[in-house]
Amino acid sequence: MSAESPKIVIVDESPIRAAILEEGLREAGYTGVVHISEMQSLLARIYALDPDVILIDLENPSRDILEQMFQVSRAVRRPVAMFVDQSDAASIQASVDAGVSAYIVDGLKKERVKPILDLCISRFNAFAKLQDELDRTKSALEERKVIDRAKGILMKLKGLTEEEAYVLMRSTAMREKKKIGEIAQSILTASELLK
Amino acid sequence: MMTPLHIGFIPLVDAAALIVAVDKGFTAAEGLDVTLVREVSWSNVRDKLNIGHLDAAHLLAPVAIASGLGLGHVKVPIAAPFNLGINGNAITVSKALHAAITSEIDGDRFDPMATARALAQVVAKRAKSGAEPLTFAMTFPFSTHNYQLRFWMAAGGVDPDEDVRLVVLPPPYMVDSLASGHVDAFCVGAPWNSIAVDRGVGHILHFASDILARAAEKVLAVRQVWSERNPEILASLVRAVSRAADYVEQPQNRAEVARMLAEPDRVGVDADTIRRTLDGLLKISPDGEVRESSRYLLVGRENTARPDPVQAAWLYAQMVRWGQASISPDALRTAMGVFRADLYDAALKRRGGAAAPPASLGAFDGREFDPADITGYLASFEIGRRTP
Repeated sequence: MSAESPKIVIVDESPIRAAILEEGLREAGYTGVVHISEMQSLLARIYALDPDVILIDLENPSRDILEQMFQVSRAVRRPVAMFVDQSDAASIQASVDAGVSAYIVDGLKKERVKPILDLCISRFNAFAKLQDELDRTKSALEERKVIDRAKGILMKLKGLTEEEAYVLMRSTAMREKKKIGEIAQSILTASELLK
Repeated sequence: MMTPLHIGFIPLVDAAALIVAVDKGFTAAEGLDVTLVREVSWSNVRDKLNIGHLDAAHLLAPVAIASGLGLGHVKVPIAAPFNLGINGNAITVSKALHAAITSEIDGDRFDPMATARALAQVVAKRAKSGAEPLTFAMTFPFSTHNYQLRFWMAAGGVDPDEDVRLVVLPPPYMVDSLASGHVDAFCVGAPWNSIAVDRGVGHILHFASDILARAAEKVLAVRQVWSERNPEILASLVRAVSRAADYVEQPQNRAEVARMLAEPDRVGVDADTIRRTLDGLLKISPDGEVRESSRYLLVGRENTARPDPVQAAWLYAQMVRWGQASISPDALRTAMGVFRADLYDAALKRRGGAAAPPASLGAFDGREFDPADITGYLASFEIGRRTP
């Protein structure tokens, strides 16, 4: 194990998240960072790289493949999972919440692992927030499209103006305690059915 | 006031009792507001259960035992008051390996001893010709799949650590890996074997029930401390799951159960494939040959939902045989103590005695297993990694 910078492998199928994490680690001075995105022959690649720390996202089914590393009786360095050392329950909770797990080769000092894990957790959280914002923007856009199409249908079928069509949907939504997007969707569905 | 519970599961057909308990409203009828959490790896299920993110889980029986023993991981005592599934796995081989075994076989093709000996011939010939060793995939180091594969091939003289490669592969990757030739065979639960056959890339060589007539596969698992703090909640959960298991086992309910499991946020594969598993009516060959077995997957019938500590002892013996655990009377007691027939009986107000299943595991090699003499049992095998 190098005394300067531990070798870190990131196992993540999301290239954007991996890039965010990799960049963070490099900025913090960790130079030996490798990203694996291809899950084929994962274990062989990890053995070839011989890392000190392996970071893997919790939504990756290949996590079970890593568990096999504890079994290998050959002369490879044995990693331990972050969860084995429960002395730092808070950081374990935080890493599960953030959706990341760390495997550390036995012997790497805890105080050297902690900053890596902390950085990893904060980058994973930052990515989740970004993703969330993106999803919300996307669904807001989708909803606007649906409302516009429903408006068009009402205008055509009932001879309403755009303003009137909108008011009709809004008052219906209020009466039925639903979102205007849901009412618009019902209109689209109904008009599909009645075509 | 409903009690909120988070319960983890892996999308497999043997989560049926748990899924039906929730989706059919049996847990709600017991006052439980259950959120089922679909997970992607056994490591996740184990870790989230350990740190209390999950209150209970559909778990590999050997993982529950390994967790209690602190093998490979932090020691977290687990209580398993209910067997969600008995058997349910199968060994699927590539078309090429199937042809090779078929050409070597001397005896009945459903007899595991005959296929294991044929496999030994295939393995020996490959070694002689300098071909790469065969690769067998299973789901987790502490899994029935791992032990069933090892038990089977070792009986024919194949050393699973020396003569072949035995690797962990997540179930959703199994079929693709067989198709691409990255693996030659795998042992996995339903529905993945059927999917390989349907795609025309493999043959089901054995049902796991050919190897052991009765093997504890998945358990309902909670932390032991949780079971002590919440005895009433646990009893309610066991009752709901037991009612669901009975429901699943009624043939007239199977179509409905298959539809429930087919939902995308549950098992998420088509209902027909699930139905075949529940009925024990499996297509085993791409040419359409169907094999029927009443023992393919047992969801509680024949009183198999009641945890049997002898099963836990057998799984522990496998861990010792393959070098995962060392042998000690304490460890054996701990392993057997994970399977909590007492909690099952308390919840269902049943006395296990009268309807208890036969103690025998029904192993194909004919050996009797006695938990009191694991040393003698293991000494009778030629192949093993047992540390002296």
